[in-house]
Amino acid sequence: MNGVHDLGGIQGMGPIEPEPNEPVFHYEWEARAFALNIAAGAWRKWNIDAGRHEIELLPPANYLRMSYYEKWTARLVELLIKAGLVTRAEIASGTPARGSSKATPPLTPAQVPSVLRTGAAASRNVSVAPRFRAGERIRARNIHPAGHTRLPRYARGHVGTIDRDHGVYVFPDSNAHFRGENPQHVYSVRFAARELWGEQASPRDSVYIDLWDDHLEPVRS
Amino acid sequence: MNMGDWHGHKHHDHEHQAVPSDPALRVKALESLLVEKGLVDPAALDALIDTYENKVGPRNGARVVARAWVDPEYKQRLFKDATAAIAELGYGGRQGEHMLVVENTPSVHNLVVCTLCSCYPWSVLGLPPVWYKSAPYRSRAVIDPRGVLREFGVVLTEDVEVRVWDSTAELRYLVLPERPAGAENLQEDDLAALVTRDAMIGTAKVAAPQRAGA
Repeated sequence: MNGVHDLGGIQGMGPIEPEPNEPVFHYEWEARAFALNIAAGAWRKWNIDAGRHEIELLPPANYLRMSYYEKWTARLVELLIKAGLVTRAEIASGTPARGSSKATPPLTPAQVPSVLRTGAAASRNVSVAPRFRAGERIRARNIHPAGHTRLPRYARGHVGTIDRDHGVYVFPDSNAHFRGENPQHVYSVRFAARELWGEQASPRDSVYIDLWDDHLEPVRS
Repeated sequence: MNMGDWHGHKHHDHEHQAVPSDPALRVKALESLLVEKGLVDPAALDALIDTYENKVGPRNGARVVARAWVDPEYKQRLFKDATAAIAELGYGGRQGEHMLVVENTPSVHNLVVCTLCSCYPWSVLGLPPVWYKSAPYRSRAVIDPRGVLREFGVVLTEDVEVRVWDSTAELRYLVLPERPAGAENLQEDDLAALVTRDAMIGTAKVAAPQRAGA
């Protein structure tokens, strides 16, 4: 979706404010919000792409105003409700609905180290033919899907070169909507900075974007 | 658990005033609801937090960089299969499942960003700093990388090529910074101590070591 999360190239967002000796979490609630997201994710009712898309669905003014872990909290509430793990009434009241049964958490403290150490690979060991080869010129498609996409707006319609083929990965644009993993090749695509931004950019510079087969089309001469 | 430093973060206080209710209260209410429903185990939350506050952070990445500086064969393995080479040092897993290492040289400077969200190599750098996830950095890194770098105090001449890596997929990028002059005789551990988080994102260079004693 053409949302405010798609920030590449937007101007006027102000100075970058690095914080010396920044703590991992600024407040205890941030740490709890972070951990709640991971622990609730262990129910496997949604995937990482659906989780990202839920943040994109926040009202634009809220997206820009809220701090990072406020967004994570708001997104988690929506994911939990959509998954049927809680109801909006339970969120409002703060207590389980009367008569609801108590579940068993899928993530135990003992499992945390191995779960984090294993992670969740997004690559898929399936045979899918690549549509493009390293060195080939491509164009990022001029598409504007209303749902989740990992093709940033600033690249659409622009010509780049396949730098390398990363292999076959889950396609977030379908996976975020539970429409299947649709595994396909992901490429590192090099776009000259001037192709993207015109003459104001340095002629030497470039932006590398990881894009999927479905984001790309051949350049016809 | 670390409550963090409440002083000197006026901009955070300001942000909090802009939301309808106190996020600390809302998160607390959410946690107690999920615990009461048996959806999460609070001890698992403690273990998750402990991991990223105390065990996984930029010291991991610094060890990868130092090893690459002292061991040319390791460096080659890092470029060939970064995920496997990083796993040799015991690092991997969540948000580091598919790693790539890009090398800074006198003629090429690499900068990593995620314009669409906050993708970051947790397994080697820990959780990202606020500025990395912020709109100013995400919006500007791709259109004005040299301006961004100047803001971080890195001034590049026009003959240096800047490569910006927008982490739009599940590949996670670690910048291998240049080994600073004056660090030729340092051992691996001392080299690792020089390497900062920002140098591995690409918003800093590694500074030459302070001359201590002799």
